[in-house]
Amino acid sequence: MKIHEYQAKSILSGYGIPIPKGEVASTPAEAGAICARLGKPVVVKAQVHAGGRGKGGGVRPASSPEEAERVASVLLGKRLVTPQTGPQGVKVAKVLVEEMVRVAKELYLGAVVDRKTAKVVIMASEAGGVEIEEIAALEPERVLQVQIDPGLGVQAYQARRVGYALGLNPALIPSWSRLVSSLYRAFSEIDATLVEINPLVVLEDNSLLALDAKINLDDNASFRHPEWKDLGSSEAEDPLEVEASRYRVNYIKLEGNIGCMVNGAGLAMATMDIIKLCGGEPANFLDVGGGASAEQVENAFRLLVSDPHVKAILINIFGGILRCDVLARGVLEAASKLKVRVPVVVRLEGTNVEEGRRILRESGLDLLVATGMQEAAEKAVSAARA
Amino acid sequence: MSIIVDDKVRLIVQGITGREGSFHARQILAYGTRIVGGVTPGKRGQLVDGIPVFNSVWEAVREEEANASIVLVPPPFAADAVLEAADAGIGLVVCITEGIPVLDMVRIMPFLRARGCRLIGPNCPGIISPGKCKIGIMPGHIHQPGTVGVISRSGTLTYEVVYQLTARGIGQSTCVGIGGDPIVGTNFVDCLALFEADPETEAIVLIGEIGGTAEEEAASFVRERIKKPVIGFVAGRTAPPGRRMGHAGAIISGGRGTAQEKIRAWEEAGIRVCHNPAEIGATVESVLKSGEH
Repeated sequence: MKIHEYQAKSILSGYGIPIPKGEVASTPAEAGAICARLGKPVVVKAQVHAGGRGKGGGVRPASSPEEAERVASVLLGKRLVTPQTGPQGVKVAKVLVEEMVRVAKELYLGAVVDRKTAKVVIMASEAGGVEIEEIAALEPERVLQVQIDPGLGVQAYQARRVGYALGLNPALIPSWSRLVSSLYRAFSEIDATLVEINPLVVLEDNSLLALDAKINLDDNASFRHPEWKDLGSSEAEDPLEVEASRYRVNYIKLEGNIGCMVNGAGLAMATMDIIKLCGGEPANFLDVGGGASAEQVENAFRLLVSDPHVKAILINIFGGILRCDVLARGVLEAASKLKVRVPVVVRLEGTNVEEGRRILRESGLDLLVATGMQEAAEKAVSAARA
Repeated sequence: MSIIVDDKVRLIVQGITGREGSFHARQILAYGTRIVGGVTPGKRGQLVDGIPVFNSVWEAVREEEANASIVLVPPPFAADAVLEAADAGIGLVVCITEGIPVLDMVRIMPFLRARGCRLIGPNCPGIISPGKCKIGIMPGHIHQPGTVGVISRSGTLTYEVVYQLTARGIGQSTCVGIGGDPIVGTNFVDCLALFEADPETEAIVLIGEIGGTAEEEAASFVRERIKKPVIGFVAGRTAPPGRRMGHAGAIISGGRGTAQEKIRAWEEAGIRVCHNPAEIGATVESVLKSGEH
């Protein structure tokens, strides 16, 4: 789960990490009032789940409350297009209004879970303010990494080593080390998968400040974080994705016109791939799960049917835990309740497949039955074209 | 021969009194795997299909000499269940549970390594050596004993591949679902090494997907160490960047982890990459017939 910059900063601030003075606003008037309260020039920052905001015009200075209000009105309610959003952009519902600060130096500090070593890795670079992935790919020697032993946590020598290697002023090392260990403590306590302070700036008075912050939280840990409900942010913007998350169906909207329903994430991706290979375009990724019930299948079917771009539906189920006869009944149930106005191709295999096929055959529904993935994809592609 | 599991397995089912646990215990038993007990705290003395239930893994090890475990408990309790098994001296833990927090995995991995406990998964279908032993939730009947080793990050896509193989009369030595999470106990490289050393395995099928660098690490290992033919498929060529495709580990982030770069790495390592998932069985068949090995 992604959270907004202002939420990330508020979490980090709770761990003693210094952040700029500022508040979040939902209306231009609020933005002006915040600027007036701060009593100095501000930066107005669009709160969206996408990087590259600066390049997209989502971060703007304002020297007076009137200007802050004007700038906020340009951003709020509009769609911001950045290099990471795609041409459709994302809607700006809130702006963060922060004091402008005098920056002497920009650094990068972040923590991620490294899959290969199964450890949290702290990364730092003197190349702050830019895309760290870019630096890591082009000039890996400019990104310093330390692995953290989960039993020990960050050690003082690790933080010091990185601080000196970054060429920090020795007088800054104690506060740098405190900041690094706060970052790690925040990371592990809030169940993050990513925490980035980019840039972490050295101010002209030689102090450290988290000028921007990004936190991704581990969805799998939501059961032990009731407070996440208040963060109120969902990656899903598309109305169908919002509906899917209510049904607990893994659904991602795509650009094409062949709606897919598959059990299992790997098979669902492979089904999208084979549709493309056959000359079609998938309208979505949809994984009903390994042990889906007839009700779950019905909900998934409803999602596909309510997408106006869908010209054909491909159901590809390999029955393991989810038996083919259960699936067939779910499809039947859904089809009898919903108005299905597009051709439906069904491919079933696995446990109780004969029974499943019989149920579909005898249903009287106009279904195209396929026996392999290839035939299923071909039939769906030609049905979508017809 | 087979890898990791054989007929010496004395299995316990952690979470046996749950809905999933009791259902799969029955399926595993029906496949012929020896189940010596189940574990659910507070349910000692109960029987599930004749299988005795214990309060702790320690009891099951002491009384029934259990040496392997399958974990079918909900995500909040799964890391604890895996640790309990490792601490009791269980050498092989297969964790099916999907949804374990990634930092739980970070915390338990050093302990498992120190105990010499092999973990398969989490978020996986398990492991099967057809005709000998099944520790997992896969439909047993689609498998057939044979000489192809299968390693996969997926569940149902593995069934699809196995089905294609069996339909062509090609059996499997062992199929390992390593799991779809970012951190898994046993990876492609571990399984590749075991299959290379297994005299019964003639060819290896790798099923990868977007996210992470496990496929790239497998590519280097295949280039340097593997003499047996390797056939591969990578799911997710059409997956959009920045979106998690069902599995916690299946995400292209910061432009890294794409199917295209994994396919390139595999092809450069001499792996026969199938671009069409419907052609995996046929490709394995042609590799076996051509006697490339």
